[in-house]
Amino acid sequence: MGFERIYDYVPGKADWSASGLPTEGTLADVPTVGGAARRDVPTCGPSEKVAEARERMIATRWDRCVVVNGERVVLGVLREKDLALSYSEASVESAMRNGPATFRPDEPVEKVAKRMRERGVSSVLVTTSDGKLVGMLRREETEWPDPARD
Amino acid sequence: MPKDAFRDDVLRLVEEGAQLVEVLPREEYEEGHLPGAVNIPLKELDRESAARLRREEPVVVYCYDYL
Repeated sequence: MGFERIYDYVPGKADWSASGLPTEGTLADVPTVGGAARRDVPTCGPSEKVAEARERMIATRWDRCVVVNGERVVLGVLREKDLALSYSEASVESAMRNGPATFRPDEPVEKVAKRMRERGVSSVLVTTSDGKLVGMLRREETEWPDPARD
Repeated sequence: MPKDAFRDDVLRLVEEGAQLVEVLPREEYEEGHLPGAVNIPLKELDRESAARLRREEPVVVYCYDYL
């Protein structure tokens, strides 16, 4: 059609939304987990010591620490329970839980909250489509007062 | 022949003034689209509908995903 520079965005709209980038349209204002997730969740590297991760969790008052690599790709999660069972000098990698369940940032909060309730999960990780950490969504961030209830 | 582009390419091209074109049906476009994108459904894509685009600027075409 005579265009000089034409490109095909191969992974398309699904990739854009799943990376947490903004969109426009009638569904753009639906609350998503990308917007609700807490981005201040502490992180640590797999080769750090458990004691270092513990200090960070205490300082930030979180009961979770997300284990990421240098590119912020999620490798696992360290929970308070895992710390209690590990030596202080052990590596984070040896104590973490591998392969945690993750959600994409464009998932509606309501849908994810329902799944969390059904499975009795208190928090989930939100990552981009290429596995990079966006934040952690805790159940309290999904439980808003229902204005229709009163 | 269009060149393949990925997210980082699209972000760069948009900064350079690229025009985004969603080729999905109108209802899907209205629900959600990339900021500033125009809608030219694939079935309507022809010389006439493409006339609204600036020929001198890059054009990025997209649908839902790889398929």
